[in-house]
Amino acid sequence: MALKKSFLGTYMFVVPAGFIMALGLLYPLVMAFQLSFFDWGMGTPWESRESMGVGWFVYMLSDKAVWESFWVTLRFGFWVVSIEMIIGTLLALLLEKPIRGASIFRTMFILPLMISPVVVGLIWRYLFDARAGMINYYLGVIGIKPVLWLASPEMALTSLIISDIWQWTPFIFIIVLAGLQALPSEVVEASRIDGANWWQSTLLVKLPMIKTVLLIALLMRIIDVYKVVEVVFILTFGGPGRSTELLALHIYKTAFTAQQLGYASAISILLLAIVTLLSILVLAFANPMKEQKE
Amino acid sequence: MNRDSARIFGHYSLVVVLAMICVGPIYVMIMTSLKDEVLMFSKTPVWFFFPTLSNYHDVLFGENFLRYLINSIVIGLGSTIVCLALGGLAAYAIARKEFFGRGFFIYATLLIRMVPPAVMAVPIFALWGMWELDQERMGLSFFYIAMNLPFTVWLLYSFVQQIPVELEEAAIVDGATQFQVFYKVIFPLMKSGYAVAAIFTFRIAWNEFLLALILTDRYSRTMPVAISLFLTDEGVEWGRIMAMGSLLVIPPLVLTFFAARHIIQGLTAGAVKG
Repeated sequence: MALKKSFLGTYMFVVPAGFIMALGLLYPLVMAFQLSFFDWGMGTPWESRESMGVGWFVYMLSDKAVWESFWVTLRFGFWVVSIEMIIGTLLALLLEKPIRGASIFRTMFILPLMISPVVVGLIWRYLFDARAGMINYYLGVIGIKPVLWLASPEMALTSLIISDIWQWTPFIFIIVLAGLQALPSEVVEASRIDGANWWQSTLLVKLPMIKTVLLIALLMRIIDVYKVVEVVFILTFGGPGRSTELLALHIYKTAFTAQQLGYASAISILLLAIVTLLSILVLAFANPMKEQKE
Repeated sequence: MNRDSARIFGHYSLVVVLAMICVGPIYVMIMTSLKDEVLMFSKTPVWFFFPTLSNYHDVLFGENFLRYLINSIVIGLGSTIVCLALGGLAAYAIARKEFFGRGFFIYATLLIRMVPPAVMAVPIFALWGMWELDQERMGLSFFYIAMNLPFTVWLLYSFVQQIPVELEEAAIVDGATQFQVFYKVIFPLMKSGYAVAAIFTFRIAWNEFLLALILTDRYSRTMPVAISLFLTDEGVEWGRIMAMGSLLVIPPLVLTFFAARHIIQGLTAGAVKG
């Protein structure tokens, strides 16, 4: 904070980025609020919109489709987040000791995170394909009857969950591993010397020491669940029925299939409220830009 | 075998299985893209075969795919460069300077980073239509710059903070202007920060689908959109679709193999340093 020189000069640094974020992010958010109070169909001029007041929000309360997709999102989120957290953390604990060739393996682990969600959707749609799919073929080899992965309402959500676990477990693994490796080795060693076995030093020493890391990873994953739209768009487009229609996808469909831009905005506000609450929680635990205490 | 080597053996087996699970599906995609139609419809999966590039030939020389590829490259690189240039300046100012609105800037940046793209879809569609930015590469690039700025700013912020302030003070004593301090002192010391930010911004711009679908037409379309439309339009031609998918994953794969260390730094930046 020591450098304070020309006042105007400072703004030259911030204004370009600030201007673009204001125009490209903040203003659209305000616009979303504004739109949610109007009945405005796609393709009709902005002037022809009709004021709804809070009509959409009242309507939303009794709209089965919204609550159904909210429920799908919650179930999807519950399964992916808990399974990814458990597997990711377990693997990080098991594979914590450095081995030769670790970096090449780590490179392979982050591949699912780096490729396009569209491609993730494609790949899994191919693997789950009832006729041509490899998964059904190999299930057949071990004597299991072909499963209608994507075509049955019961299995479609499971399929989506499997693809998400494939894509995001590495994220938890990498973060927890980094947390473990940042621990001061003396503490863990000291517990060993005091006679703690692997379970004790893990449960009583390591996990408590990385609990902030775990918590942030957990919250970040929960927020991400509300962002998922691309994989499911390609994999099932919400079907069959509404069995995989996540809230984000439901917004897209309301806006661009049913063409009700106003109502879609109102649902967006609901989604925004959920995510904002979660985000404030994250920032309370870990603010990456907090002032560094001297 | 004693206990220690058994443990190491177990460790390696587990790691190899996990690596296969991570890479396997991507491998299947690339293999499928190299099969001809006969192999594609064989009842049993074929693992060894004579690869053909006919799917790639069809994709690259038909259906305007080359144009979509160029769109993706222009939009990806263009938005990344602008985003890094502006994000770096802002990050420096937040880390080092006191100014009115600084607190608001920080919190707005952090909160806005979490907003789901689906929330932005409708208002962006409406606004871009009014500003006549829709259906233009420019318009989509502009959104990607805005969307990537928050992450870029806070990532680079953490890199600025690791630079000792004395270096800048010395430069100012020597008569350097603010911008000279930034370009001559700060910028060269933050190269790896810019590398991390570049990878993540480019990846998002390159992979993004939802807004690209809404904001482009058949001239400005990017690759992910082209793939999705191909998928729904003409039934499922897996060979060609997998070739498109394989082309789309080339840049992320190359980045991952050459800069895995930077990627892990970016992934863990928020959680571990905290």
